[in-house]
Amino acid sequence: MSKIITKNLNLWYANFHAIKSVNACFEANRITAVIGPSGCGKSTLLRVFNRMNDLIEGVRTDGEVLVDGENILGAHTDLVELRKKVGMVFQRPNPFPLSIYENIVFGERIHHGFIRRYELDEIVENSLKSVLLWDELKDELKEPALRLSLEQKQRLCIARLIAGKPDVLLMDEPCSTLDPQGTSRVEELMRELKNNYTIIIVTHNMQQAARVSDDTGFMLLGELVEFGKTEKIFTAPEDKRTEDYITGRYG
Amino acid sequence: MMRNPHRTQRIAFFLLLTATLLIVVPVGYILLVIIQKGLPAISWQFIFDIPRHGMKAGGIFPAIVGTIYLVSGAIAFALPIGLLGAVYLSEYSRDNILTRIIKLAIVNLSGVPSVVYGLFGLALFVVFFKFGASILSGSLTLGIMILPIIITTSREALESVPQSFREVSLSLGASKWQTIRNIVLPNAVPGILTGTILGLGRAAGETAPILFTVAAFYLPQLPGSIFDQAMALPYHLYVISTQVPNVDEKIRYGTAFVLLALVLFMNLVAIIIRYRFRKRKKW
Repeated sequence: MSKIITKNLNLWYANFHAIKSVNACFEANRITAVIGPSGCGKSTLLRVFNRMNDLIEGVRTDGEVLVDGENILGAHTDLVELRKKVGMVFQRPNPFPLSIYENIVFGERIHHGFIRRYELDEIVENSLKSVLLWDELKDELKEPALRLSLEQKQRLCIARLIAGKPDVLLMDEPCSTLDPQGTSRVEELMRELKNNYTIIIVTHNMQQAARVSDDTGFMLLGELVEFGKTEKIFTAPEDKRTEDYITGRYG
Repeated sequence: MMRNPHRTQRIAFFLLLTATLLIVVPVGYILLVIIQKGLPAISWQFIFDIPRHGMKAGGIFPAIVGTIYLVSGAIAFALPIGLLGAVYLSEYSRDNILTRIIKLAIVNLSGVPSVVYGLFGLALFVVFFKFGASILSGSLTLGIMILPIIITTSREALESVPQSFREVSLSLGASKWQTIRNIVLPNAVPGILTGTILGLGRAAGETAPILFTVAAFYLPQLPGSIFDQAMALPYHLYVISTQVPNVDEKIRYGTAFVLLALVLFMNLVAIIIRYRFRKRKKW
């Protein structure tokens, strides 16, 4: 089932045409990787799906982006609802300067005002369990989140995100600040999470895309050059430019 | 010509040290004199008694109380308005020529001589709004004087909160106001308090703005309401130093000492609050 569908999506930063007529389907319960050299528009594409590009002045989009069949580019889209459904993990782990506990319940507090303590405790436990941090951190929930290691911080950010019960996880180079062990553990986590979520990951680490993703899209200069099953993109790409990028001729 | 790096290093070191000493030594000397000559005057009676014998004896209690009222009033007026203005300027206003001019104008306002604020307060609060010479007029005048300091430092504090915090908060579905309220403001508290400290010190020490708007030459009782006149430490100091002949040196320096101690104490409270906030926040 297609969770997100883009139809003729175009985006401009002032006069710069950053995304050019992108048509793609992102499937539910799969990991889709978007790869391509720096500046190709892959992060921009990701930020269309939760409308984070709205924060930048002078951004213009046209075309359609359907999430669960609804076009989210319209002026009437409820951004709060959209962002609860389509959450984002950023490149640099960015927990708030609060305790581990408060980081996870941040969204809950914002969206529901007063909540009973045991409900919050339950959310914290479930979220930390699903990112495999519960056993490590259950005794230090009141500690400042900024004391954690980079990998733990990134997991915590994922926990904070799934505490709000999103459907889609957008990951913008989530492992680029992590060491190889941290990276492989986060990748393991992603495989675990895809059973319950739709995951779209942007990376310029091609090996990572090959390791974790089910589908891969290759972007170049704002165009989605090729989109398909990961094995196919990496073994038998149809487009010459994809092949050149995959084989390391440029990038 | 070859430059000898050791010699230029020594010259630079000497110049920097001299400049530092030029700042520290006079301030230290002034403090020393005030403490040396003022401390002997300090007693329960000096602090808690009213001035007697044409201010040549007795205490300075009404002036202390007056200054505390004025400073509290000024902060109560300027902090909320300044903070809200700063939030608007840093979080909501677009970055264009107009807002840049406004920001620049606010920075420059803090350089306006205090006597100008005094005249402004006289015209607006005392005469136009008919508050008369009163604690209300004086507080508002002092408040307007410290507004630019509070706005500028608060704005800088808000702007120094990392952009990524705002992004994450919004990406979790928080609205802009929820983001400001829950993430931006708490992290800007130390900087906002710094501005408040600066404003507080200035409000407590200025004579000119209260001269026309509130200060009583001699009023040996405590103010009963905000529409009363009041004595204030800086003005009292001016009066007993220049307007009343033959006031004992001890009383003059004692008054200066109390004023200094009061400002220092208020700063200390704010510094402690700031320190506690800062300890929690590190990024």
